[in-house]
Amino acid sequence: MFNEADLTALAITLKLALISTLVLLLIGTPLAWWLARTRWRFKFIPEAVVALPLVLPPTVLGFYLLLMLGPHGALGGAAVALGGRPLAFTFTGLVIGSVIYSMPFVVQPLQDAFTAIGRRPLEVAATLGASPVDRFFSVAVPLARPGFLTAAVLGFAHTIGEFGVVLMIGGNIPGETRVASIAIYDHVEGLQYAHAHWLSGGLLLLSFLLLVMVYALNRRFRLVKL
Amino acid sequence: MSIDIRFRIPQGAFCLDVDLSVPSQGVTSLFGPSGCGKTTLLRAIAGLEHHAEGFLRVGDITWQDENIFVAPHRRSLGYVFQEASLFEHLNVKGNLEYGFRRIPRNLRRVSLDRAIDLLEIGQLLDRSPLTLSGGERQRVSIARALAVSPELLLMDEPLAAVDYDRKQEILPYIESLHRELDIPVIHVSHLPEEVGRLADHLVLLQNGRVTAAGDVHEIFTRLDLPLAHGSDAATIIEAEVSAHDEKYKLTCLSFKGGTITVTRRDIPVGSPVRLRLAARDVSLTLERQSGTSILNIIPAVVESMTEDEHAQLTVRLLAEEVPLLARITRKSADDLGLAPGKPVYAQIKSIALLV
Repeated sequence: MFNEADLTALAITLKLALISTLVLLLIGTPLAWWLARTRWRFKFIPEAVVALPLVLPPTVLGFYLLLMLGPHGALGGAAVALGGRPLAFTFTGLVIGSVIYSMPFVVQPLQDAFTAIGRRPLEVAATLGASPVDRFFSVAVPLARPGFLTAAVLGFAHTIGEFGVVLMIGGNIPGETRVASIAIYDHVEGLQYAHAHWLSGGLLLLSFLLLVMVYALNRRFRLVKL
Repeated sequence: MSIDIRFRIPQGAFCLDVDLSVPSQGVTSLFGPSGCGKTTLLRAIAGLEHHAEGFLRVGDITWQDENIFVAPHRRSLGYVFQEASLFEHLNVKGNLEYGFRRIPRNLRRVSLDRAIDLLEIGQLLDRSPLTLSGGERQRVSIARALAVSPELLLMDEPLAAVDYDRKQEILPYIESLHRELDIPVIHVSHLPEEVGRLADHLVLLQNGRVTAAGDVHEIFTRLDLPLAHGSDAATIIEAEVSAHDEKYKLTCLSFKGGTITVTRRDIPVGSPVRLRLAARDVSLTLERQSGTSILNIIPAVVESMTEDEHAQLTVRLLAEEVPLLARITRKSADDLGLAPGKPVYAQIKSIALLV
């Protein structure tokens, strides 16, 4: 069965995934919109930056993040200057890391969905008196709804599965930064296979159900490629 | 009042360069082969072309000049796209309300119900656009454009995406707009038949330039323009229903140059109608024929003729100032000794009633 520490780790994992997904949608939506609409000839550069976490070893990403979030890093230093504590080994630090790490899983489906809409519906909306912001919320967002669903589920699921980055920047503080994937690692290290089974099985089931949901909805709407 | 349009829009090797003024009443058709720039011009009028430099004034409102660029959503216009482009996330009613809700109450001159009635789409309101036929979709999109009470209605080949039967379904609606609502229309087409049916004013475009502009009857029959040549050359005539002959089931239509008889139509006496006479259905004789089955014989005078080496030529006739085209062989023209000023009789084999 789950022990209390494992349940806490699961709760932190879900909280981290939820908050990261919300932050990702807030940041990723305008970014994806811009990437889908811009005619800037160098847009492949930001596209490559967004895609970096797909190929970079999580430890590399985690290493740079650790430096940035620490007391002498740009973000950690700023947090200290504002009267806080350094961000490394904190839950906030984990959210920042997760957001960067899962960015491509949110931005790419959204960008694809916005691109698939094309310019025409937006031009139609313009001729019907809708301002650019109005067009975005009344036409682009509803038409890209399947893309939002895919983005949210993939962002959420990918954050749950995160290990390397968390290990580098979050440490293993029970009740704060100890997430399920790390707890499993600890159990295996300590040869507590029964506990590892429960947590692993739980994550397996959760991830599978999330993906089943995406593919089922995707089949129904037939709008977004995975 | 007029609509003044001046644009220079470079598009790679091609450059649209127009300077024209069209009446702010009735239907103006931009006519030309595909690739001549007519759709680009229409988009520039709507403010959808980003690289358009120029000047645009509709009535007394300037939409664009060196310093002003009124954003598309602030221009009082309706735009009917080639494909109906309905919003798929909204039902028909939602589509119609989209534009209607976004204009201030005091500027709503066309009510939603009026737009729905004109296009007869009342029974479609709860349907999703995905379940509509091509003709229904285009009717909804026209109603949606009308519901914003535009000062100017732009239509980009509204019939191009539908088949022949659907065309016949939609055309009467477009024609009725013109009579029922006092909204100027700029319409783009590459089909002479559609233009002949709808246009009051015609602008010919070729390679991004205006080659001619003017009254539709005039442009159709000008021998120096391409429309008067080829097998689909035709004359557009405005006539009026003058009488019905119940015995022979015929209807008489009179115009300035004479009377034309067609099979009985259910149109009240006094109604205006538009006729289309294909030039190849008009033959010429020097004397009024007797002993012929042809009903419609109109006295006219040869005004001018095309001069080239082809087997067929086009003769422009005047029947009491109304121009008529006849497409005959060059041999016949020589045999009859046709020359400007010569009186002839035009025998009309068939007539298309357009309204």
